[in-house]
Amino acid sequence: MSTAFDMTAGQVTIDGRKILRGVDLTVDDGEVVAVLGPNGSGKSTLVRALLGVQPLSGGTTLLYGRPPARFREWWRIGYVPQRLSVGGGVPATVREVVASGRIARQRRGRLTSSADRQAVAAALNEVGLSDRAGDPVSSLSGGQQQRVLIARALAGEPDAFVLDEPTAGVDSGSQQMLAETLSALVERGKTVVLVAHELGPLEPLISRAVVLNQGCKVHDGAPPTAVGTHALPGHDHVHPHEPEPAETTLPGWALAQEKA
Amino acid sequence: MTIFDLDFMRYALVAAVMVGLTAPAVGTFIVQRRLALLGDGIGHVALTGVALGFLTGTAPVATAVVVAALGAVAIEMVRARGKTSGDVALALLFYGGLAGGVMIIYLTPGESTASLNSYLFGAITSVDATDLWVIAGLAVAVLALLAVFGRELFVLCQDEEVARASGLPVRFLGLLIAVIASVTVVVAMRAVGLLLVSALMVVPVATSQQLTRSFRTTMALSMVFGVLATVGGLTSSFYLDVPSGATIVLLALAGFAVALGIGRFVRRSRTGESTA
Repeated sequence: MSTAFDMTAGQVTIDGRKILRGVDLTVDDGEVVAVLGPNGSGKSTLVRALLGVQPLSGGTTLLYGRPPARFREWWRIGYVPQRLSVGGGVPATVREVVASGRIARQRRGRLTSSADRQAVAAALNEVGLSDRAGDPVSSLSGGQQQRVLIARALAGEPDAFVLDEPTAGVDSGSQQMLAETLSALVERGKTVVLVAHELGPLEPLISRAVVLNQGCKVHDGAPPTAVGTHALPGHDHVHPHEPEPAETTLPGWALAQEKA
Repeated sequence: MTIFDLDFMRYALVAAVMVGLTAPAVGTFIVQRRLALLGDGIGHVALTGVALGFLTGTAPVATAVVVAALGAVAIEMVRARGKTSGDVALALLFYGGLAGGVMIIYLTPGESTASLNSYLFGAITSVDATDLWVIAGLAVAVLALLAVFGRELFVLCQDEEVARASGLPVRFLGLLIAVIASVTVVVAMRAVGLLLVSALMVVPVATSQQLTRSFRTTMALSMVFGVLATVGGLTSSFYLDVPSGATIVLLALAGFAVALGIGRFVRRSRTGESTA
């Protein structure tokens, strides 16, 4: 069995503030790891540092045995960021965004292959958005946008998925859909690292939980029970079905929320 | 007499088509990257390049390309640092470019700020056969680069972090789009002038996105609007005897106003259908 992610004494400092204070974390192939902790504990920073997207100020991190700068097999990684960036307002359809997940498998200057198209169609189908493929992503609800992001990662057919708060601000229907998608990935033996505020319907899938507090790892092992999660220091309860306020009002956003 | 009877107008029309195609194509990526004013910044810096051309007796277009590209690289490097003072640093560069251009032209024997006028506000009818070859070459290069790197640039401009997690050469692509933008600015400089250049990179895109749903059609339609604005503006400026650069930009803005109205109407009727 090989190791997907391997961080040793990982430190991250942003604007002089220590966000991660020396975290050791190894994730083996096929593991399903949840990164838990209160707001501001460094969960997102940890997974972004695991990928090399957030540079370390100390320590090392390896992707399949190589530091991010020398890693070449990026198609093995599927990263799902916290939210969909809608860019500067230039529209993009669901299919365009999902198809961009193939980028690590495509050669520069080559046309889109039939394998690309099949993978995109399969990914759209898996998250139940085939019928919305031609719609602009800005017209979707928060939960549907989250599914687009997951479909983008699925389209790349990676070995390891890294999901940053996939359940935050997502309606219960999309949460259920996410749980089903994840369990299908787990069955196929994929590696999953996900950041969560609370596990909800994902709980039965998790093989291991890492709990952070103030940039330090305070627990690594069996997932805490639901009661335990709620009892974590600094925990504040967030209703998953409560839509997060959008930073800017997207066209059709309010309407899509009502429909969802 | 029609505009096709005059050599200079034939050259001007070809140049107008080139500019109308390239500026919005690059602009689509720039707007998506939230750098709508990048073209303005590069335009200011390019003025120093134009003035350097006068001072050294070389072609102002050549020096403008070099200085604009260096300026664009500087802007991208400041931006990539991600410091909060980034926009202030950019502003400093813009003013430096403008002031530098004015100062250098003052120091050039036999030239005055009046020499800069055609570069500031455009003089598309002064394009000769040689200029046309340079403009055509640069325009083809820009469109070819966009075709080859388009897929990667889409990911970069959508979400830089995802681009990094996909193993894309983020720093290289950022510099590439900045340099492509600077070449486009210099190409469009002859048509609408450095002060209005950004309008052709941004306004047709803003117009197009009122009516479209996908990135691909937004780009294609913005190129159509770009050509309509440059060719339409040039033609009407000839018959009305008014400045071409300003006419092109005003026409593009009028197109935006119309598209805004149509877009609102279409969206409202769509919402009406779905709630009914």
